[in-house]
Amino acid sequence: MSAPKWGVVVFPGSNDDRDTLYALETVLGLDAVPLWHASSDLQGVDAIALPGGFSYGDYLRAGALACFSPIMQAVTAFAHEGGPVLGICNGFQILCEAGLLPGALVRNRDLQFICRTEYLKVESTGTAFSCQLEKGDTLAIPVKHGEGCFAVDPDTLASIEKNGQVVFRYAEGAPNGSLDDIAGISSEQGNVVGLMPHPEHAVDALLGSTDGRGLFESVARWLEGERGGATAAAQGASR
Amino acid sequence: MNAAATPAVDEQLALDHGLTAEEYALICGHLGRTPTFEELGVFSVMWSEHCSYKSSRAHLRKFPNSGPVVLQGPGENAGAIDIGDGMAAVFKVESHNHPSYIEPYQGAATGVGGILRDVFTMGARPVASMNSLHFGRPDHEKTSFLLGGVVGGVGGYGNSVGVPTVGGQVVFDPGYDGNILVNAFTLGVVRHDRIFLARAGGTGNPVLYIGSKTGRDGIHGASLLASSEFKEESEQMKPTVQVGDPFTENLLIEACLEIMAGEDVVAIQDMGAAGLTSSSVEMASRGEVGIKLDLDLIPLREASLTPYEMLLSESQERMVVVARKGGEGRIGEICRRWGLECVVVGEVTDDRRFTATFGGREVASIPVDALTDGAPAYERPISEPSGRRPALDPDAIADVGDASAALVEMIGSANLCSRRWVYEQYDSYVGANTVVQPGGDAAVVRVRETGGALAVTADCNARYVALDPYVGAQHAVAEAVRNVAVTGARAAAISDCLNFGNPEKPEVMWQFSRAVEGMSEACRVFETPVISGNVSFYNDNQGDSIPPTPVVTMVGIVASAAHTATSAIVRENEVLFLLGGGQPQLEGSEYLMLRHCLTGDAPPPVDLGAEIRTSDLCVGFIEEGWVQTAHDVSDGGLATALAEMCLAGPGIGCRVHVAIDGRTDQALFGESGCRILLAVQEELALKVEDAAAAAGVPLQRIGATGGNRLVIERRSEEASGPLVVDVAVADLRRAWEKTLPEIAAGPVGESAAQSC
Repeated sequence: MSAPKWGVVVFPGSNDDRDTLYALETVLGLDAVPLWHASSDLQGVDAIALPGGFSYGDYLRAGALACFSPIMQAVTAFAHEGGPVLGICNGFQILCEAGLLPGALVRNRDLQFICRTEYLKVESTGTAFSCQLEKGDTLAIPVKHGEGCFAVDPDTLASIEKNGQVVFRYAEGAPNGSLDDIAGISSEQGNVVGLMPHPEHAVDALLGSTDGRGLFESVARWLEGERGGATAAAQGASR
Repeated sequence: MNAAATPAVDEQLALDHGLTAEEYALICGHLGRTPTFEELGVFSVMWSEHCSYKSSRAHLRKFPNSGPVVLQGPGENAGAIDIGDGMAAVFKVESHNHPSYIEPYQGAATGVGGILRDVFTMGARPVASMNSLHFGRPDHEKTSFLLGGVVGGVGGYGNSVGVPTVGGQVVFDPGYDGNILVNAFTLGVVRHDRIFLARAGGTGNPVLYIGSKTGRDGIHGASLLASSEFKEESEQMKPTVQVGDPFTENLLIEACLEIMAGEDVVAIQDMGAAGLTSSSVEMASRGEVGIKLDLDLIPLREASLTPYEMLLSESQERMVVVARKGGEGRIGEICRRWGLECVVVGEVTDDRRFTATFGGREVASIPVDALTDGAPAYERPISEPSGRRPALDPDAIADVGDASAALVEMIGSANLCSRRWVYEQYDSYVGANTVVQPGGDAAVVRVRETGGALAVTADCNARYVALDPYVGAQHAVAEAVRNVAVTGARAAAISDCLNFGNPEKPEVMWQFSRAVEGMSEACRVFETPVISGNVSFYNDNQGDSIPPTPVVTMVGIVASAAHTATSAIVRENEVLFLLGGGQPQLEGSEYLMLRHCLTGDAPPPVDLGAEIRTSDLCVGFIEEGWVQTAHDVSDGGLATALAEMCLAGPGIGCRVHVAIDGRTDQALFGESGCRILLAVQEELALKVEDAAAAAGVPLQRIGATGGNRLVIERRSEEASGPLVVDVAVADLRRAWEKTLPEIAAGPVGESAAQSC
C-alpha cells in the first residue's frame, strides 16, 4: 500500500502537536493532517497520534477532560476497529482515561517534572508502533512529564506482562516511579500504544537522537500485515 | 458601585498611592482640578517607577540602541533584530522580583507569562525562554522554599504553555537573602513584514479586549509592590501578586498569532503591569491618539468589581487589540474557536485623552501626554560610596594546599555545582528546535526558515559589579559575548535587566549610572546594541540594597545550525588549547570568596578589543567545522572550567600542564576575562594554531583529552612535571551533582552548604 496517512489530534493545550506533525511530514516525509478536537471527522487517516501537552490545561487530572471531546469518540471507534493509535505523554494519559489502555499515569515519584533523555528497552514488537523494531533494542528518547508514573492493579499488571503488552521499559530504572519500569504499553490487539517518552523528539540527528523514527515507521509494516490478512497475534508470534 | 463609595481624593490619599506631594500637585496642574479616585489610581500606576522609569530614563539614553541589525529598538513591547533571510528575532528580559519573593510559584510563573506576551504581541512565535535567578545564601531559612517555588513556577507555566525553557543562570549570595531576583527572558521569531507594533490609530476603530476575565488580583502590583522597598509588612502584599493560567496563555498565543496573520489588527499589546490602563494609554501615546473605554463592557470574574479595580487590575492572560473597523467580527470568530473571550470595550478617539466611563458616568478623562511624557523625570543625586573595600594581601592567605580537594570543593559549591536539578524541571524539547540543550555556556535554538540558529545566554557576575560597577557591567557583556561565541554564534544584540536597590540612595544611583556607562561602552565596542530591557529598583529589604545586578541577556546568530559547539569533551585524544590572553587574578574570584570569604578591591580588568578578537576567532573555528568543544573560562577559573568540560560529557578526562610561576590557587582558580578552552582533533590542531597566530590571539597547547581522570601538572622543562591536581571525573561528578538537590531539600539538621 501507499505510505499511511497520519492524523495528529489538536486539543486546546496540546503542545507537541506541531512537533509531531513536523516529525511526520518534514523529517519522515509522511502525509499528516491535524485533527481538531471539536470535530469528529478523522479525514480518512490510516493512523492517529495523540500528542503531548496539557490538554484543556490538565487542571483536573491529566487527560481527564480530553477523553470526552468529540474527536475522542471518533478515535475510540477507530481504535475498536483495529486502527493504529499512538498516545505520546499526554496522549498516553488520555488513552488510559478513555479506557483504550489499562492503568493510569499518576504524579512522578519525586513530585517533580522531569525532562531528560531516557533509554528505553524494546520489550514487544507485536504492536503497530514497534513491529519495525528489534526486541531488546535500546532507544534514546527524551521524557518530559510531571505525571508519568504508571500505576495499575496487580492483576492487570500481571496480565499485561503475560500478554506481552509491555512495549517499552526504562532500561536504567524508571525516572518517575512507574511499576515494573514500564514506559509504554499496548492494547491486547497491539493497535493502540501509549508511552510517556516522546519519539517525535527523537527523529532529527541535529537535535540529538533519531531512535524515535522506528515507532512511526512501524505503522506502514503493520498495515501491510493487516492487509495481507496477518493478525496481530500472528505477527507477535512470528518474532 | 455607586459614586458615594469612592474615598475623597486629597494629598494624603495620593501619598497612600505611593505618589509624593509634589507629584500630586503636578497631577492637579495637568488636570486643572482635583483628580477623581479612578484618575488618582491611573496616575499612581503610570507614574510609578516601574512604569515610568522616572529615575532611570535620563541614564538609559546612554545605551547604544541602533545599528545595522536593529529592526526595533526600545519603546515597544520587545526589541527586534534582523537574522537574515527576511526573518527577525524578537526578545526581551523583564524582572518579577518582588512578587517572586512574596509568592515564589505564582510570582515566577506570571513573570514567564508576562514576558511571553511581550514577545508574541510583536507577532513573533516564542521559541525559547530563559531566566536569571538570584537567591540568598544556600543555608538561609527561606532559600529552599524560594528556590523550589520559583523553579516550580517557571516550569509549571513554561511547560504547560509549550515554549521550551532552555537556560539561564542561578546564583546564590547572601546579598539576596531578603530580596531575590527573578528575571524572565523570551525569544521569538517572525518575518520582518509581520512584526506588529502597539501604536493605536484610526479614529473610530474598535478597541478589543481578548483573554481572561478581570479579577481583583495584582491591583497596585506595579505601583506599590514593585516600586518600593521591602519592609516587615510587605508580606501582607501577597494579594498584589497575580495568579497565572498557562492554559489560557497557550490559547492566547495560538489565537493572537492567527489573528495577526490576517489584516485586521492595527495595534496589539498585552495588559501587563498596570493592566488595562497602561496598555491603553501606551498604545494611545505611541499612536498620538486618544482611547475611550466603556468599563461596563469589561469581562469580570465577579460583578462587584469597581471601575477603580478594573482600571488597575493586573489579572493575567489579557490582551488589548485595536482592530480595523469591520475586522472585529473576524477576530472574534478566531477567539471563539480558541475558546477565548473577545469583547469590543471602546474605541480610538482623536482627542488624545484617556477616557473611561462606567454606568454612563465619566470616571476618568486624562490627557494621554500627562500620563506618559508628562510623568516626572528625576535626576537623582549620585554619590560614590566613600571608603574602598580592603585590597587583597596575598601574604595573609595560605596557598591552596591540596588542589584536588579544593577542586572537588569548588565544583560542589552552590554557585559552581550542576544546575541539572533546575533545568530538568523545564521542558527544553518542545518546539523541536533546541540544538544545544541547557547546562552549557549558552543554549542554541534552530531557526528553520534560515537554516541558522540563535544562541541565548544570561550573565552577570554581581560580585564584579559590586567591586566596580563600570568594569563589572562590561564583564557581564563580555562574558555573554564569549558564552554565545563558544557555541558558534556571533553576538548580535542584548536585552538588559538592571536590578538595583533604592534609587533615592545616592550610592545606589552611583552604582546604577556607572554600570549603565560601562555597559554602554562595552555594547558600543562589541556592536551589540541594547534593543529592549527593564529596570528594577527598590530591591532592598529593611534598608539593605542587593548587590548591583545588571543582567545581560544576549542573542547571538549561528550561521549554520549544523555547525555548533558545546562545552562537553566527547572524544579521547583531542588537543586542548587555551585561547585568549586573560591573566587570572584572585581578587573578585569565586575561590577567594568560598575559601577565604574575601573579595579584594577590584574585579579583573577588561580588554574589550582582545575579547572581540578572541571570540571572533572561536566562532570562526566552529563555523569552519574545526571545533565542536569550546568552553568559556569564567567563575572558578581554569581548573573549574576543565572540570566542567569533563562533566558535561560522558566522563572523559583530560591531562593538562599549567605554568605556575607564583601561587597555585591563582593559576588554577584565578579569574579573568578573555579565556576560552578548545578541544581539537590532532589533525586540525595546526590549522587552529596558524589561524590564531595570524589573528595575533594568544593560543597555548595545554594538553589532551582522554582517560577518566582530570590531571593537571605543573609545566616544566622535564617530560612531565609534578602533579598538582589528580582526581577521578566520577568523584568530581558526585560532588557536582549532590549540592543543588541538597539546597533544594532545605537545611534539615546540618546545613547543606557553608556560607561566609
